[in-house]
Amino acid sequence: MEHIVIIGNGISGVTAARHIRKNSDKKITIISAEAKYFFSRTALMYVYMGHMKFEHTQPYENWFWKKNDIELKEGFVGNIDTGKKNLELTNGENISYDKLIIATGSKPNKFGWPGQDLNGVIGMYHKQDLEKLEKYAPNKETCNRAVIVGGGLIGIELAEMLRSRDIPVTFLVRESSFWNGVLPTQESEMINKHIKEHHIDLRLSTNLKEIKSDEFGQVKSIIIEETGEEIFCNVVGLTAGVTPNIDFLKDSEIEIKRGVLVNRYLETNIEGVYAIGDCAEQQQAIGLRRNIEAVWYTGRMMGETLAQTICGNRTAYKPGHWFNSAKFLDIEYQTYGWVFSEKSKKDTEQYFQWKHPKDNKCITISFDKNSHQFLGINTFGIRMRHEIFDKWLTENQSIEHVLEFLADANFDPEFYKLHETEIVEKFNQENNSNITLKKKSWKRIFSKA
Amino acid sequence: MKAIKNTGLIIFLIGLTLFIGTIFTGTFSLSQSELDNFIKEKGYKNTVIKEQLQKAIVTNEELNIFEFSSRARNAFETSNNFYDNLIAKYDAEKNWDKKGEQYQYKIYGKPHSLSFTLAKKAGKGYAKDNPGLMWFLTFGLGIIGALLFIVPNLILLGKPGIKNDGIYLDSATNRGWIAWLVLIYLVSFYLVLYFMPDYIVNWTFILDPISHFLSGGAASQWFVYGFLYCTIMLTMGVRMYIKYRHNKYQIVRTTSVLFFQIVFAFLIPEIMSSLNMPGYDFKSAFPLDYDFFFEWNLETLRNSGGIGIFILVWGIILTLVIVPVMVYFFGKRWYCSWVCGCGGLAETLGDPYRQHSNKSLNAWKLERWLIHSVLIFSLVMTMVTLYCYFSGAESFIGIKSQWVKDTYSFLIGAWFAGVIGTGFYPIFGNRVWCRFGCPLAAYLGFVQRFKSRFRITTNGGQCISCGNCSTYCEQGIDVRAYAQKGENIVRSSCVGCGICSAVCPRGVLKLENGPEDGRINPTEILLGNDVDLMDLVNNK
Repeated sequence: MEHIVIIGNGISGVTAARHIRKNSDKKITIISAEAKYFFSRTALMYVYMGHMKFEHTQPYENWFWKKNDIELKEGFVGNIDTGKKNLELTNGENISYDKLIIATGSKPNKFGWPGQDLNGVIGMYHKQDLEKLEKYAPNKETCNRAVIVGGGLIGIELAEMLRSRDIPVTFLVRESSFWNGVLPTQESEMINKHIKEHHIDLRLSTNLKEIKSDEFGQVKSIIIEETGEEIFCNVVGLTAGVTPNIDFLKDSEIEIKRGVLVNRYLETNIEGVYAIGDCAEQQQAIGLRRNIEAVWYTGRMMGETLAQTICGNRTAYKPGHWFNSAKFLDIEYQTYGWVFSEKSKKDTEQYFQWKHPKDNKCITISFDKNSHQFLGINTFGIRMRHEIFDKWLTENQSIEHVLEFLADANFDPEFYKLHETEIVEKFNQENNSNITLKKKSWKRIFSKA
Repeated sequence: MKAIKNTGLIIFLIGLTLFIGTIFTGTFSLSQSELDNFIKEKGYKNTVIKEQLQKAIVTNEELNIFEFSSRARNAFETSNNFYDNLIAKYDAEKNWDKKGEQYQYKIYGKPHSLSFTLAKKAGKGYAKDNPGLMWFLTFGLGIIGALLFIVPNLILLGKPGIKNDGIYLDSATNRGWIAWLVLIYLVSFYLVLYFMPDYIVNWTFILDPISHFLSGGAASQWFVYGFLYCTIMLTMGVRMYIKYRHNKYQIVRTTSVLFFQIVFAFLIPEIMSSLNMPGYDFKSAFPLDYDFFFEWNLETLRNSGGIGIFILVWGIILTLVIVPVMVYFFGKRWYCSWVCGCGGLAETLGDPYRQHSNKSLNAWKLERWLIHSVLIFSLVMTMVTLYCYFSGAESFIGIKSQWVKDTYSFLIGAWFAGVIGTGFYPIFGNRVWCRFGCPLAAYLGFVQRFKSRFRITTNGGQCISCGNCSTYCEQGIDVRAYAQKGENIVRSSCVGCGICSAVCPRGVLKLENGPEDGRINPTEILLGNDVDLMDLVNNK
């Protein structure tokens, strides 16, 4: 029986394992040094905040793995001999495989800051990071202040976590406005404001120079590059992006760049060795996507796709229309299709924007200036239907069509105040058009593209 | 703000302590003429009970309720034993006439209930003399304290949004010692309420004026329970309004459930009794309302003229037509989390404990066995009861009517729905009864599962498997198991409280009523991944 070995039990590896099991009775082993049982990485924050216990982050009960004949192995892979198809764990154990899936995810970026390895410097990615945070920042008495470096999704989550225990937070963001490499100004500014409403000391256009140590090798303070200001703190969170977690492959035959290089079939240069998820790097970008996509959904999709290939149905990785979501403190964010920030959008891309006068709600629709083709939408504080936007993107609908049928797309809970009328009105005013909003129709919602 | 909160907590605890303390106050005794009147009123024809009660409670001693209850119960027991002995004696002598005569002297009823009736007349003391002030010191302080504790959350919780910070770090909501204390208190409360009502007769004195105002009669232990129920739901309803103030669904739902409890379950029945009608809760549907078809209820309704017939017809239509039709259109939530009193308490008092429901597969199996067994039990009981009512027989298919009713009332009505259902909130979650026991929920569940427009829609591929939905599902549904596969949630046990949708950080879940087609949507590959589905299916 063919032995499939998966290194890493995050969403990519586990999805691959589940789908291989669905389609075959191959022997499956998952190796992880992080945790025996699969858990949802994105939920670690809720454990610290007291919304959940760690066991709640595990989507499958512990009997699931045995019942589905998926062997879980705790250990760290030190060496891969692709010639002999053999793995050597750091504890000396050897595991042979017929097919190998590398799904080791990411690790937090460190840019060579002085003091970046001191006690009290943490990332927010692994289960062990959570344990460290519990150790260094259990409460505001032990941790008088925390400094977070890097204004992305993990940075703002870490800030929210620390604030849930009333720990003062200084948030250093390199950009002139939060995440404005990705978000249009309207949205980025709304988030800036919201961050401050949560009593987070947001420092824009600010870089870290160094982290200073006390006499015990523990974080004492940080120095800001631009001003030389010293901020005393007990914890420094490094959240300036992530990098594929593939150091253990350096001496192997497997071709790597920043990540493990794969083709569209997620195959590496070595036959029978594959890479999926955060650690995989596409040789050529797919559409407008980045070569390395460190996103939950793409990891899951690669796992689904690779399982097909492993089970004899060689399938290319064809991610559909881009989508993503996040939550910035209290503000939910969803995106479908492509909306680029002002910094990176093309001249042919035009925005239509609407913002609620009081609430933290806004949308940006991106469309082609000439053809009016709908390109993508960012929505903040309003939930939208994935299926509907996926369909409209596939059908290359115009922005006028999207607005006319916007009510079909709303996914807010019942009784919520809807804003489609105001949104359409604003578009009509700006574009001298007279689109009339159609009432929500179940028939349209359920019709397949 | 913190200081206000703490002051509130202290005031609440003082109110609670005084409330419990009230039980131990007052003295209980009857004068000779009061006892004579009582015996006349009750129509007791036997002399033994008169003698016994005279000895026991016509006294100048200052008896507290426990001593009084013990003496009174003793008196009834002695009297009944006396006549039981006579019956046995005449039986042995085969003196049938004499034996038959003795039965009229026996006094039926639960000892604590008999004692309650007496205590109601025998009570004297502060609570009885100053109900207004005592109301303020118990209910009043409790309400004021609780509100002072709750309302600062408007500011302390920060901006509107999901506020579950620290739930698993707090002893009260993480099965710590506070939770166990609350459990012990609630369980004791229910045990006393159901099985030793005479012990809490002082509480009824506090509410006598309100009861008189509403229905013209004195307050029973059930009036105390009803009043307390409404008070707690209202106060904890304020907490819901603050906690979920960003979520209109929760606001509307909470308002609805408060309205139905206060108006339908409490006020209307009271007012009806004041008009000499049978007090009836028009929203309480059989088989949750398990004694609807009991002989005594049918008799009462039959003897109440037009309104009685109306109630009888309404009750039958409610269960057979209104309930299932509404479930078809809106799901069982219209009843369980919008109207029902049990649901109402669970959604207000119980909200802080919703995370404790067990999500394991084994719990789900247990749920299906238990709840359907209770449904069958209630139907069999009703069948036996009705057969006996119409035929005049004492038993049907070998089951005695009285026995089956008593057993159900005791096991299901009192223990399961009350003591366990509510008492265990802090440890097993707020819907133990609704999930494992309620026969009406089982019935609605069938309709919801097999013939309904209701579902919780999963939003394509947006789920990140974080588990907030499952954690906060009070019914123990592993919502994430469906959401992460891109499947809609169609489960018989879902009461549609909407919290899974509220706590989802990615906007994945939406409760909605739509066409039946496509309601259940198994997915092979999640939305967003463009593997060719036809190839996939053909290759299988």
